[in-house]
Amino acid sequence: MSTKFNAADKTERLLNLVICLLYTRKPLSKAKIRNAVPQYGTSASDEAFDRMFERDKDELRELGIPLVTEPFDVFFDDEPGYRIDRREYALPEISFGADELAVLGLASRVWTQASLAGPAAQALRKLEAAGVERDDSSLIGIVPMVRTAEPAFKAVKDAVLQHTPVAFAYRKAGTGEVATRHVQPWAIASWHGHWYLTAFDTDRNAPRVFRLGRIEGEVGIEGKPGSYEVPEDHQPTAMISAVAVDRAPQPSALQVRVGTGHGLRRQAHTVEAVDDRWSLITVDFTDTEAFAAEICSFGPDVVVKAPTELRESVIRRLTGALNPGQITEEAKT
Amino acid sequence: MSADRQQGQSGPRHSGQPSESATLRLSRLLTMVPWLLNRQGIEIEEAAREFDVTPAQIEADLALLFLCGTPGGYHGDLIEAEWESGRVFLGNADTINRPLRLVVDEALALIVGLRALAAVPGIGEREAVVRALAKLEAATGSASAVASRIQVSIDEGTSTEAVALAQEALAAHRRVHLRYLVAGRDESTERDVDPMRVISFDAHWYLEGWCHRAEDVRLFRLDRIETLAILDEDGTPPVTAEPRDLDSGVFTPHADDQLVRLALGPGAVWVSDYYPVESIERTPDGGAVIDLRTADTAWLRRLMWQLGSQASVLAPAELAGEVHRGAREALEAYAVPAGSTGSAPTSG
Repeated sequence: MSTKFNAADKTERLLNLVICLLYTRKPLSKAKIRNAVPQYGTSASDEAFDRMFERDKDELRELGIPLVTEPFDVFFDDEPGYRIDRREYALPEISFGADELAVLGLASRVWTQASLAGPAAQALRKLEAAGVERDDSSLIGIVPMVRTAEPAFKAVKDAVLQHTPVAFAYRKAGTGEVATRHVQPWAIASWHGHWYLTAFDTDRNAPRVFRLGRIEGEVGIEGKPGSYEVPEDHQPTAMISAVAVDRAPQPSALQVRVGTGHGLRRQAHTVEAVDDRWSLITVDFTDTEAFAAEICSFGPDVVVKAPTELRESVIRRLTGALNPGQITEEAKT
Repeated sequence: MSADRQQGQSGPRHSGQPSESATLRLSRLLTMVPWLLNRQGIEIEEAAREFDVTPAQIEADLALLFLCGTPGGYHGDLIEAEWESGRVFLGNADTINRPLRLVVDEALALIVGLRALAAVPGIGEREAVVRALAKLEAATGSASAVASRIQVSIDEGTSTEAVALAQEALAAHRRVHLRYLVAGRDESTERDVDPMRVISFDAHWYLEGWCHRAEDVRLFRLDRIETLAILDEDGTPPVTAEPRDLDSGVFTPHADDQLVRLALGPGAVWVSDYYPVESIERTPDGGAVIDLRTADTAWLRRLMWQLGSQASVLAPAELAGEVHRGAREALEAYAVPAGSTGSAPTSG
């Protein structure tokens, strides 16, 4: 038997099981279910049927189908009966207008990766099942998009939703040193184009911020779901932005070759001609290393005149580019 | 009736998913039945588009539905499905005529998406967003509370003015004239563009449109547009212009682009998160060796100067030579002799 055939066979069995358990008013015993769903009839033994049925139940619950266990007979309450509560099963009647469905469609397209794009599209189809067609005509083509490309995204998101403690190998910025961290995940946020995790670090006994892209390998589950509380007033984005360094801007003087350095010229306070080959411009910056990196990207077209700290950082980087691997230093952008 | 009630043939699978699991397929079927019941006579093609599967898959799904039904297994108990004419008719499926409620991931994908939309500067449909959000939050209960722990900030670092101007051109279907900075080549360029959409992606806003200079679809970062003038000319892009697939980022390398191999130190491995790489090999010191493809090496040269000692070009040799020559020339302006190891490193 091919795998394909097995999968189709199983879908058929599960669908018949769902229909049967929705159809019944009274809870059904296992024996009745075995009779009612034709695909169970072929199971080799009672044991094989039991195993198959247990697995099927779990898989239906994982799909969010409210399969309930109730005594099917008040006189024999040791044998459970099963049914699906129809009111719990069905999406509540919500009616959306065509314009509301249009923005829901736009919201579903915010996600560009399968991790949430799939669920978003499925949700939209459920909401549209009632038959109202969305009206996209009024939407001007403004599309915010979020990538969830980090391999750890799904595992971390699930841990956040379920309050599950996790452990992972984390690569430090700069040094590249990898260490195992044990945390209670609080929230995730996309900020300046990257996903971050806010969490309580149980080794350091303090809240910490992690960049999802620096998690290496598998995210290990370290406890039961719901085993800690998230502070009620937790503001993930505020916590993440507080970690980012924010210093007062300071001035720099740069010599820029004529016809180059466009990005720097745009930010300049003053621009004056030195000769027909060079201009002198003044630009403010906050982070010396990040600004030095930007200046280096212009190669021989930009020369730092002041301040000294910036000038030295540029010289250090360019010297490094000349002799890569000889100096260990921190390259930030 | 269009088929014998036998094992349904499995057609080609869901696009990009060679072996769809039984539960994933069940989930689609449970959504598809109410959707089809409310759209009797819909074309198979249209259903396939909506569910993002092939028409053959829809037919295979219908063949499977046709075998299922309420206990008994007699003719009248089974779901009725007909699709021979190319149009789908479904009946006798009352038990599953309502969609299954949203699971947590489905609810939060839409709620977080709507909340992100509400923060977009200048979005015209803010009122519809607020209404849709309120209804959805009411219908999903606990999932909406949980959704607040997944946040997306869209609007940072954006000139609302630039977004508004691009939006205006888009709404009026007007061609625009741009003075645009190509940062990778440090070059200010002039071009006419027919706007297609405005997108926020990886923390930047872009105008995507048909560029008459490149004769192709291009993305323009709004913060690098020096001037934008709306022209008194129709700006409908050619019918062949397709929005770019952004799944792997805004940099889309071609298979015939030049292959470049870089050695990255621990402080530069972020490069592999930022640009699409063909292969990555971690080194014991926490760094990596990566291969990437690019049509234009000017930006790579600039990147290598930025990264200093944290990165080097392993191949091609010409690029390594260009990086070396440029760095040497730059250092001459500081009167640092080439070959020197430079001043004492300061703290990073």
